Amino acid sequence: MRTIFYLIRKEFIQIFRNKFIGRAIFGVPIIQMLILVPAVTFEIRDIKLCIIDRDMSSASRSLISQLEGSKFFRITNSTFSEKEAESLLLKNKCIMVLQIPSDFGKDIGNGKPVKLMSSINAINATTAQLSWAYLNGVLRDYNLDQAKQNINRSAVSAISQIDIRNRYWYNELLNYKFYMLPGILGILVTAIGFLLAGLNLVREKEVGTIEQINVTPVRKHQFIIAKMVPFLLIGLADLVLGLLIGKLAFNIPFEGSIALLFFSASIFLIAVLGFALFISTFSGTQQQFMFIAFFFMIIFILMSGIFTPLESMPWWARKIDLVNPVAYIMKINRMVMLKGSTIHDISRDIYSLIIIAIIFTALAVKRYRKTA
Amino acid sequence: MTNNTVISVRNLVKKFGNFTANDNLNFEVFKGEIFGFLGANGAGKTTTIRILSGLSVPTSGDALVAGFSALHQPEEIKKIIGYMCQKFSLYEDLTVRENIMLYGGIYGLNRKLIKERTNDLLEKLNFGAYGNKLIASLPLGLKQKLAFSVAVLHEPEIVFLDEPTGGVDPVTRRQFWEMIYETASRGITVFVTTHYMDEAEYCDRISIMNEGSIVALDTPANLKKQYDAESVEEVFVKIARPPIPHKFVLKQEE
Repeated sequence: MRTIFYLIRKEFIQIFRNKFIGRAIFGVPIIQMLILVPAVTFEIRDIKLCIIDRDMSSASRSLISQLEGSKFFRITNSTFSEKEAESLLLKNKCIMVLQIPSDFGKDIGNGKPVKLMSSINAINATTAQLSWAYLNGVLRDYNLDQAKQNINRSAVSAISQIDIRNRYWYNELLNYKFYMLPGILGILVTAIGFLLAGLNLVREKEVGTIEQINVTPVRKHQFIIAKMVPFLLIGLADLVLGLLIGKLAFNIPFEGSIALLFFSASIFLIAVLGFALFISTFSGTQQQFMFIAFFFMIIFILMSGIFTPLESMPWWARKIDLVNPVAYIMKINRMVMLKGSTIHDISRDIYSLIIIAIIFTALAVKRYRKTA
Repeated sequence: MTNNTVISVRNLVKKFGNFTANDNLNFEVFKGEIFGFLGANGAGKTTTIRILSGLSVPTSGDALVAGFSALHQPEEIKKIIGYMCQKFSLYEDLTVRENIMLYGGIYGLNRKLIKERTNDLLEKLNFGAYGNKLIASLPLGLKQKLAFSVAVLHEPEIVFLDEPTGGVDPVTRRQFWEMIYETASRGITVFVTTHYMDEAEYCDRISIMNEGSIVALDTPANLKKQYDAESVEEVFVKIARPPIPHKFVLKQEE
């Protein structure tokens, strides 16, 4: 035990003696939170719309003004030429083109079915689908208004309609920041721990100091634990910092138990640190480590469910995520912070994280060689 | 093997792929002696010293170091030896005192003992002013002396020194050897590799290695007599002559 204490003490002295690292450890998360949380959003507003109105009737104008009135659309162009509309799409001047045919107003007046034509830039499938859904919403309202105007009012009311009252649970305001913040928190804790711990061990190899440690009776698990503990504590300190920023800058709600969040984060960090140290036992240089670490971090983070729901991934990807610690902490952070989930709700994830943490740490200890 | 033997090497072989770094070594080192391990660059000295200190596993054969097998009990060996390597390996970003405390702690000395020994050590080296200086800021000679002192901080039975005086000025080398003598006088066996032949004269016994084999082992005086030489350097040149004449090498390269 005392040996571990002396080793941990040494790590802390070295970390904070390096002025740059010592500051970056706390500066980087602050900047990351302030930039990423508001920047990374899927909210789509002000969809740039180009209108080809061949009708120019009061009916078409009323449709256009309804589109304009919604917060989702901004009419940036209006033309009669399909060619021009196409070139606008190409140049990203607009992302959606809506064509109103010339007999739009007349057909509506005569009660004939009317067809509109829309083209959407679907390079980003999510944006395209959402734009389409918004357009549909506006058209539905327009149809209803038409019906009310043309048939007599009571008759419309007599038609039974399904009216859904929806409440958005756990994030009533649909605030994207509330959804992203717990995820970003998970990622910044991952990045700090993963890179610093791994690089730290590889650096000892490069400088040669590890040889002097290897010729002492230090036990392998003591050495690995001493490399983990400082970065575990730094990771948790960064989590505190991140939560404070969440509260002060974004007023994020915190429904669950803080203790549970920190408990989960500690297990998560052990898993990530174990993995980082495992990789570093293979790497001879910091360059090698960075390359491999980058590869795994991208996979861990993009597959974690921070941007895309795990449920929509293919089955094999979900199987891979069974060993992805970031996927677990993403879920746990969101559940605990936004839903107020208790330990019973997330016990399966906690157990899985514990198993992963044990396996990765054991691999790191096993793979670290004191005798070549 | 007499009671006096602290290191006993038997049929030790170490291969790296096709290359044989240590080819069937057999020798003994006695308690309290200064054992010089000589040889040209690449002769296999460092390989041997790494095996004896438990950093490397022999391919075949074995060595008993203070009664422990280098093959089976390397971690036991590490408890009772000190080690200092040609590549300086104290922590550059820690101060002198922090380094001493770290290694004191690792070898299980208690806080009071670490403090005592730190102060003794700083005083003995006239290091008082350097206690709180970073290792990175010290001149090489001081670093090497400090590394040696740290290697014997826990009073090991044997200390292994791998080219401890490489790149150090003659005065500091002299002082370094005084420290080695003082250490040996406390009963600590000193196993030292070097290629300064004047240093070899200071050793109780020396062995000369060539291409992975030990080609001579005796006291410096006996070796000089045997090879009819004025100095150990002459002995060395007579024994460890390059195996192929330069002319031939040149031809081959063409």
